[in-house]
Amino acid sequence: MLERAMSTSSQKVRVSRMRGIKQELVKNKWLYIMFLPVLVWFILFAYWPMYGLVIAFQKYNVVKGISGSEWVGFKYFKQFFEDPFFFRLMRNTLLVNIYSLIFGFPIPIILALCFNEIKNMMFKKVSQTISYLPHFISTVVVCGMALSFLSPSVGIVNIILSKFGIDSIYFFQNPDYFRTIYVFLGVWQGAGFAAIIYISALAGISPELYEAAKIDGANRWKQLCYITLPSLLPTVVIMLLLNLGGMLNTDFTKIILLYNPTIYETADVLNTYVYRKGLIDANYSYATAVGLFQGVIGFILVYGANFLSRKVSKTSLW
Amino acid sequence: MLLGKKRIEKGDIFFAIFIYAFVIGVCILTLYPFLYILSISLSDTGSVTRNEVFLLPKGFNLAAFETVLSYKGIMIAYGNTIFYTVVGTIVSLLLTTLAAYPLSRQDWKFRNIATIFLVITLWFGGGIIPFYLVIKNLHLLDTRLSILLYAAISTFYIIIVRSYFESLPKELEESAKIDGANDLRIFIQIILPLSKPVLAAIGLYYAIGKWNSFFWEMILINNEKLLPVQAVLVRIIRDSSFDREMEKALVQNAAVLPITIQYAAIIITSLPIIAVYPFLQKYFVKGVMIGAVKS
Repeated sequence: MLERAMSTSSQKVRVSRMRGIKQELVKNKWLYIMFLPVLVWFILFAYWPMYGLVIAFQKYNVVKGISGSEWVGFKYFKQFFEDPFFFRLMRNTLLVNIYSLIFGFPIPIILALCFNEIKNMMFKKVSQTISYLPHFISTVVVCGMALSFLSPSVGIVNIILSKFGIDSIYFFQNPDYFRTIYVFLGVWQGAGFAAIIYISALAGISPELYEAAKIDGANRWKQLCYITLPSLLPTVVIMLLLNLGGMLNTDFTKIILLYNPTIYETADVLNTYVYRKGLIDANYSYATAVGLFQGVIGFILVYGANFLSRKVSKTSLW
Repeated sequence: MLLGKKRIEKGDIFFAIFIYAFVIGVCILTLYPFLYILSISLSDTGSVTRNEVFLLPKGFNLAAFETVLSYKGIMIAYGNTIFYTVVGTIVSLLLTTLAAYPLSRQDWKFRNIATIFLVITLWFGGGIIPFYLVIKNLHLLDTRLSILLYAAISTFYIIIVRSYFESLPKELEESAKIDGANDLRIFIQIILPLSKPVLAAIGLYYAIGKWNSFFWEMILINNEKLLPVQAVLVRIIRDSSFDREMEKALVQNAAVLPITIQYAAIIITSLPIIAVYPFLQKYFVKGVMIGAVKS
């Protein structure tokens, strides 16, 4: 008796839920139709590649596909840890990103502070506009300029050095220069644009604070130290954490354009190795395993950064 | 009191001088490379080989530009880039707004699931190789369609546009609904016209990204006739196989050098961006602001 009553009631719930779904589908019919192509795109170009990561655990055969390929467990991960280049790749990836952070992080802040101090609006606008420009120039153009400016025969840098009696430097044959070049290009291209976020944070500081400080006799330097910098701190912390989270996201397309085998010693990073092993040598499974390893470390960094940010500033990134 | 005030003013002047000097330095460092390549590419061969050009062109010589433009490959690639940029941006804007509108609707049951479904892709991805294999399995390698589709949607831009849609007044939508308009009509006739500023900013970002893109284009496209101009520029600045074509040009025309050809090619590929940049700059910045505030 009770059982029957329960089953009918659950049936009723199911029927009403079905009716609810049907009503929703009718009511929001157009929303579903609009979203459908987006759904298809994400399944094809975002979720299918995620599923494709399983080939890191397979001896992937292009003809047999994922379903027909043989499973090999962690073989390719082990192979990567025993790879003679493992240490070099990890070191290069970390160093290139640490240096980028050390130089690339404070410079936009300094730039924003300088822009903020400029009182001539015309000059401010023009100089800001100029400083964003390189962000919109393609990586190919930036690297093309770097390659030719640093060329030992016709590059302007060596032409100027020769005026001071210094012999031509082979910047792209000597591994010592690569990290400097990479970091410099990153700063040159990105600093002005990265400053925007700080500029808008600075614009939000109440002018009354400065008025009060002026009455108390604080000069511009003191205003900077006691009003501007403390007001900017929350933004700085969040941006720092965002940057820390993206520690392994090397701008590898830039490296691919700049490097050559003579400077792999400092220039070869995880991403470029994945690119060469996977797309040039067609060693798909191995390259996917290296990429997945990098992805896992990267995710831990992002997650850790967010955890820290929640602790430090009570503002998490998500 | 008076003494104190004077000292402060003096400090402020030094401070201001330092600030202006730094900013002017940054501007010179930014602009000089562009001026230099322009000057070299326009100078006559003798001045360039004697290393006399540092700031402004010496002499006047368009041979480098003529040489670059006479390569059939460059013109075809230029056309391809325009096609990928224009059509690609339209496709991207279409898909982005189609995603953003349903997500902005509070009464859409699927909203939360769909949001999670999209946001996951901000944190997880398949990486280079699985992505390449998907394109291969879809038989899209070496097609224009692959270039239009592979980067068609940016989840980040969807979120920005969705936030903008959410900020629009709800009354218009409601009154249109009472008049019997369906969601598609509301989207096309009310939402999109009200969203021109954000669509302009996002569209510009998509367009710039597509104009400058080269990495996946080089991997997905083998057919010379489908390559965008950035991919051809990669060969000009890096690949020695291009040098043979260049040598031919050098033999035929004494007024060009390899370096002037490179610089002319760089200018030709970045000229459209530099030309539109001063006029559209405010939209770029607006785009960042919207993104920063909303997310």
